Amino acid sequence: MSMKNSVEVKNISFSYGKTEILNDLSLDIKEGEFMVLLGPSGCGKTTLLNCIAGLLDLTDGQIWIEDDNVTWKEPKDRHIGMVFQSYALYPSMTVEKNLSFGLRMMGTAKDLINEKIKKAANLLQINELLKRKPSQLSGGQRQRVAIGRALVRDAKVFLFDEPLSNLDAKLRAELRYEIKKLHRDLSNTMIYVTHDQIEAMTLADRISVMKDGLIQQLDTPKQIYNKPANLFVAGFIGSPSMNFLKANFDKSSQKIIVGKKQIDISKYENINNLMNDQEVIFGIRPENINIEKNENSISCKVELVEPMGADTLVWTSIEGNPISIRLEGSSNFNLNDEIIISFDINKSSIFDSNSEERI
Amino acid sequence: MSAIPKGPRPKHLTVGRIGLYCFIIMCALFFLMPLYVMIITSLKDMDEIRAANILNLPKELSFYAWPKAWSQACTGFVCEGLKPGFFNSIKITVPSVIVSVALSALNGYALAFWRFKGAYFFFGLCMFGAFIPYQVMVYPLLKIEDFLGIYSSLPGIILVHTIFGMPILTLIFRNFYASLPIDLFKAARIDGGNFIKIFFYVIIPMSTPITIVAVILQVTGIWNDFLLGLVFAGRDNQPMTVQLNNIVQVDYGVAEYNVDMSATILTSLVPLFVYFISGRWFVRGIAAGAIKG
Repeated sequence: MSMKNSVEVKNISFSYGKTEILNDLSLDIKEGEFMVLLGPSGCGKTTLLNCIAGLLDLTDGQIWIEDDNVTWKEPKDRHIGMVFQSYALYPSMTVEKNLSFGLRMMGTAKDLINEKIKKAANLLQINELLKRKPSQLSGGQRQRVAIGRALVRDAKVFLFDEPLSNLDAKLRAELRYEIKKLHRDLSNTMIYVTHDQIEAMTLADRISVMKDGLIQQLDTPKQIYNKPANLFVAGFIGSPSMNFLKANFDKSSQKIIVGKKQIDISKYENINNLMNDQEVIFGIRPENINIEKNENSISCKVELVEPMGADTLVWTSIEGNPISIRLEGSSNFNLNDEIIISFDINKSSIFDSNSEERI
Repeated sequence: MSAIPKGPRPKHLTVGRIGLYCFIIMCALFFLMPLYVMIITSLKDMDEIRAANILNLPKELSFYAWPKAWSQACTGFVCEGLKPGFFNSIKITVPSVIVSVALSALNGYALAFWRFKGAYFFFGLCMFGAFIPYQVMVYPLLKIEDFLGIYSSLPGIILVHTIFGMPILTLIFRNFYASLPIDLFKAARIDGGNFIKIFFYVIIPMSTPITIVAVILQVTGIWNDFLLGLVFAGRDNQPMTVQLNNIVQVDYGVAEYNVDMSATILTSLVPLFVYFISGRWFVRGIAAGAIKG
């Protein structure tokens, strides 16, 4: 990955009628980078992708692709290829014609078209399907063809609009792997919209978590998972999601107080930024809670056990707040067992309860 | 004794069922009656018709009325039968259908996919145009065509049929296109299609069912039209319906009911034929529009 920017979104706004969907949003995507736009439905991620593709006209701002101001250019002149959730294959054309449509529109020579189709078909293993119509293909095959259509155009930037959402779980994992491999082999810039955090975590070089048309956090998957910038990101990323406890900080003892329970957080990295009696939300992921006894442990009761194969999820509660703990699959617990848990404070997150920002 | 429920549900002929069948059969008979009378009357000679047994089968089959209606019956001062009208109707219907369906498809495509400024206003205008009774516009249109110098000519009547067909056809096409996935259109734009290329390469190949519906609507509508043909076609291009009227409405001589009946059947053959060969498509197209439109 180079340091050069491939796509630059500069202060763009987009309104649909009177509804403002994007407001003054900026985002730089580096050459060869796999950028995932992640967020719940209605967060503006697909709108942003359509703006980059040129399928929606901006209300304000600029879009640059490969050092070229494409703000007012037609989609076909933006060096992009796009893959849609609904596949969007032309139903009346064979797979071959689907792949070659863009090239034929550009007036590419026949030999060159055949060569490119062959290359793309080999890469995606759809050689046998070339003479078939889209209606004779399975969902996974259709999406391969749709990816192939973007491939043959020699696009500089690939845009994916929730490409795997219509597939079943097994196929989704398979194609996710293939897309990752494709990016490894081609090293094109890719922008990928999804609401699936697993896809985001596995594919992305960087994730841009969006909500209400704003980028909440833009960082590597690791950083986003381990150091979420605010309460929304913390709750959205991770399944089962992070446990939250409302608490007050006591500066003298360096503890947070949750009802009658106290937790020592002196090991928290930014503890010096906390003020006495500050209202905070303490967040800890299920896998960062351990069953062990030490000076900082809390005893509670098992309320529910969810065995998931590889690991087992144990539910309990602290002062009425449900807490999930991820343990090894082999661990054995029964309802109402007494357990003693302790928190890995290094890996916890603490948010201000008013601003909901990470401290 | 009660049977043990197992396997397919046994068929029962209930009283309700019998009543339903009776009702359906009676409805069918009621609507077939005029056709029956028309056919048997056209096969009787005048003496038998005057005997006034309207429902009786002909004692002796007489085919003389059919050729007369086709090529000898008098329509006003000329006595050439319906034949010239048949060909006039074809000359009017074929170009009118082609032009109006082609333009409406293009309009519907533009309205559905290229949301230009004022598209909704234009859409409303189409709705308005589709439901306004066209008799209101006959006189103004007549003056306009007169001004353009095409009144009372073949191009004149074709233009009128095209204009009156377009609002409803545009709506039908727009609704059909609006039901297609918008991603398809987006993909075609990224692939480099422009307004016309996307229409020809992507949209038209998908339009078969709705085009068939539009053609059926237009063929039957234009073929059955009487008023516009009478007003705009001119004496030389009178369609079959107008000539049929001239045969039936005789002011002098004897009214030949057998000729009238065969002439009427001849005139309605084209729409009947269209319905018979395309009924399946017609229902499919209407249903598709109804569910997704």
